[in-house]
Amino acid sequence: MPTLTINGRSLSVDAANDTPLLWAIREQLQMTGTKFGCGAGLCGACTVHVNGEAVRSCQTMVGDVAGKKITTIEGLSTKGDHPLQKAWVAEQVPQCGYCQSGQIMQAASLLAKNPNPTKEEVVAHMDGNLCRCMTYSRIQKAIMRAASEMRTASATSSERRPT
Amino acid sequence: MNEHVKNVTPEMTDLSRRSFLVGTAATGLVLGYAGVPGIDSAAAAAPASFEPSVWYSISPDGLVTVTCGKADMGQHIASTMAQIVCEELGAKWSDMRVQLASNDPKFNDPVLGAQITGGSWSTMMNFEAMSRAGAAGRIALSEAAAAAMGLPPYFKEELVVRDSVVSHPKSKKQMSFAEIVKSGKATKTFTPDELKAIKLKTPDQYTMIGVSVPQLDIPSKTNGTAKYGIDVMLPGMAYGKVVTPPVRFGATVKSVDDSEAKKVPGFMKAVILDDKTGTTSGWVVAVANTYANARKAADALKIAYDGGPNAKLSSQSLLDEAKRLQGLEDSGQFFVKDGDPNAAFGSAAKVVEAEYTTSINIHAPLEPMNATAEFKGDILHIYSGNQFATRSGAIAAGAAGIDPKFVVMHQHWLGGGFGRRLDADMMIPAVQAAKAVGKPVKVIYSRENDMTMDFSRPLTYQKVKAGVDGDGKLVALSHDVVSAWPTARWGIPDFLTPSVDKKGPLDSFTVNGADFFYTVPNHYVRAIKNELAHNATPSGQLRSVAPGWTFWAVESMIDEIAAATGKDPAQFRISLLDGAGKNDGGAQRLRNTLLAAMGLSGYGTRPLPKGEGMGVACVSSQERATASWTACVAHVAVAPSGAVTVKKLTVATDVGTQVHPDNIRAQVEGAALWGLSLAMYEKATLKDGGIEQTNFDTYRPLRMSQMPEVAVAVIANGEKATGVGEPAVTVVAPAIGNAIFNASGARVRALPITAEAVKASMKA
Repeated sequence: MPTLTINGRSLSVDAANDTPLLWAIREQLQMTGTKFGCGAGLCGACTVHVNGEAVRSCQTMVGDVAGKKITTIEGLSTKGDHPLQKAWVAEQVPQCGYCQSGQIMQAASLLAKNPNPTKEEVVAHMDGNLCRCMTYSRIQKAIMRAASEMRTASATSSERRPT
Repeated sequence: MNEHVKNVTPEMTDLSRRSFLVGTAATGLVLGYAGVPGIDSAAAAAPASFEPSVWYSISPDGLVTVTCGKADMGQHIASTMAQIVCEELGAKWSDMRVQLASNDPKFNDPVLGAQITGGSWSTMMNFEAMSRAGAAGRIALSEAAAAAMGLPPYFKEELVVRDSVVSHPKSKKQMSFAEIVKSGKATKTFTPDELKAIKLKTPDQYTMIGVSVPQLDIPSKTNGTAKYGIDVMLPGMAYGKVVTPPVRFGATVKSVDDSEAKKVPGFMKAVILDDKTGTTSGWVVAVANTYANARKAADALKIAYDGGPNAKLSSQSLLDEAKRLQGLEDSGQFFVKDGDPNAAFGSAAKVVEAEYTTSINIHAPLEPMNATAEFKGDILHIYSGNQFATRSGAIAAGAAGIDPKFVVMHQHWLGGGFGRRLDADMMIPAVQAAKAVGKPVKVIYSRENDMTMDFSRPLTYQKVKAGVDGDGKLVALSHDVVSAWPTARWGIPDFLTPSVDKKGPLDSFTVNGADFFYTVPNHYVRAIKNELAHNATPSGQLRSVAPGWTFWAVESMIDEIAAATGKDPAQFRISLLDGAGKNDGGAQRLRNTLLAAMGLSGYGTRPLPKGEGMGVACVSSQERATASWTACVAHVAVAPSGAVTVKKLTVATDVGTQVHPDNIRAQVEGAALWGLSLAMYEKATLKDGGIEQTNFDTYRPLRMSQMPEVAVAVIANGEKATGVGEPAVTVVAPAIGNAIFNASGARVRALPITAEAVKASMKA
């Protein structure tokens, strides 16, 4: 029985090694914030982090992630207050909301590496994530807002001011 | 005891003849209209036995929970309903909560008499009833507070109700809603006349309507906690994966070999659907202990099919049949029959004729279709997110072979609806699998099942012929619309429309929009059912429905006429929107909206670079009686290769009254981008009876990188609130087509628009 490290917890799951991580997370471990959209890596709804990288959990097999650090939307922040989640509320991004866990996880992997992305970099990074309600402009705005807030926070915490 | 009654045919609920009850129950204060099953008896019952499942309730801690009978698929209608109640009630927004209704008829739409969500109807049809419900609550609370504070009744006029507090400024006394509810004194029955006599706030008194309050559902949609149908978990639940045939409709299962499936651990059963509702054909469900195993088992099933009567059909054969039917004199029924266009063509100075087509389109909400069924005692519980609880419950009952009154629908957030979840096919595999294995079963479609078994926007063929007199005036227009009939498929007579020529009912959801607000003295619109397409590609209502194709034809043709007569297309429209006769009021609003879009886009104010152009369109979507006046100016660049870049969409829409300005902008922008996606990127095709596109690699909705600049102007002029979820879908394609013509001289008449078609037309 494979053991997965998800959101800092060790969880064993009764699934064969060739089971897509998505189904183990959603249906067996019942963390349903990660969504099924296409099953083919074409929509991004199932995006989670494996060792900090955004991956499509429908294309990632349980056997390939044993011992790796998996983060889902439920584990992105302790109180749903990651700067991206706050920005998503501030910009009132979600309509149906179904794709938004994946959008936020995809965006989080960008900001972790690039705290000051250009609009073009945002589009290139996010283009694999479909939003059928077409909330794209608000997603862009929310990412820019979160990036800005993260830069401010990090500047404040290290007692440096932007020059 | 289950009180659900068989209610497939909508029953109108005339709220003007209903009493309104405010009563105290163990759980707090409950408020709702009387005479709807469940409410009278509930209010009369002892508090302890009361279930507060009426329109809204106020708990002893002051939280106001509004029950929303509408499906919330991202339009934030639950939050909007709470906002309308909140305005008149005088509650604090942070005290407002929403919950989703079951299929109990007491939650039916007050105007439609059923639980159905579509047509951009919800706000316009519920505004009045929700406002009165809120106001009645405020009055009951005020009177109870006045009594408790020792004020004589004649001080009632001096009370102020705001932020969930009833206060009397003169005596500096006040009571919170929570305290009033706890007092148990707020009990009042409003007779229908009293309810009608309540003076609702005038727009200048609004403090909530028109304010972009934070949507109540959004936080849960940023942290993974919002529960969609697919997220349902029941104890002891099994999983079902459907196996659908290669033919969209009409195939039957000849045999199922499950010998390989039996090797999959956890496999339980392959269930061949016995669908007496006629919704599905040739489906099998593989049931297993986990979804992963159900998928493996489904893949391992060897199924032999009889392809049935549609197995050889293609998009081309459906189109050929449409053309054949259009050519027949006696095809179809008339939706509009004003004057005599055929006679007018004879004396016209110029006649312009064109054919317009749209492809099959797929809803593809991001949450694939799913449903969970559980038999508990004599009750069938269905867990899903759906737009038509009244009918879906009946379909589930049909699949189970029981009376619909024994079905309870548990509504969830919808991971996209767009009309797809008006249909109830997902109920059938869930119900029959649950019955077959004796456990609750959650059925989840693969994306491939979802795409190939969509109740799609039908392939449409339209022929439009226009006659212009010697002064360049449009004197005649005849418009034939040939398609599958999505609403006829429901088998609910109330949703069909009598034909003008009394040849029986027609499906107005194939021709709405063709009854435009232009003044044309001789005007025919004929609705022709493409029976072949109707049977081979059972169609559904896709966001905006008929106006998504009728305005493609009408608004392209208006530009073609303008071009043929040397007129500016925008000015030509303004001249046609003269407000004569039946068009009075609507035509002027549409004209003003067009002018607003022209102004915001800078239409005609500056020369554009070579290869660029602007195009206009204006629409009265959805139905003539429920129109939101919407106009678009599209700005495009056309390359010599025919490749089109949409640079900017400017959309203006007259919504009358705006409840939530920010949400309206979100909806209008989303709708406009849907319009763009349908105009440029989304195309499904039929081959050998089956939909060829199976996933997002071949069926390609708009992505972030394809998004143009979108500018939205919302006109709120104090008229009644109209719908905003759909109209902007319909205005974009013709605006783009007209812009392409102005940029390059190429006239495209088929959706989606391709570079090849543009290039071919440039040469011609």
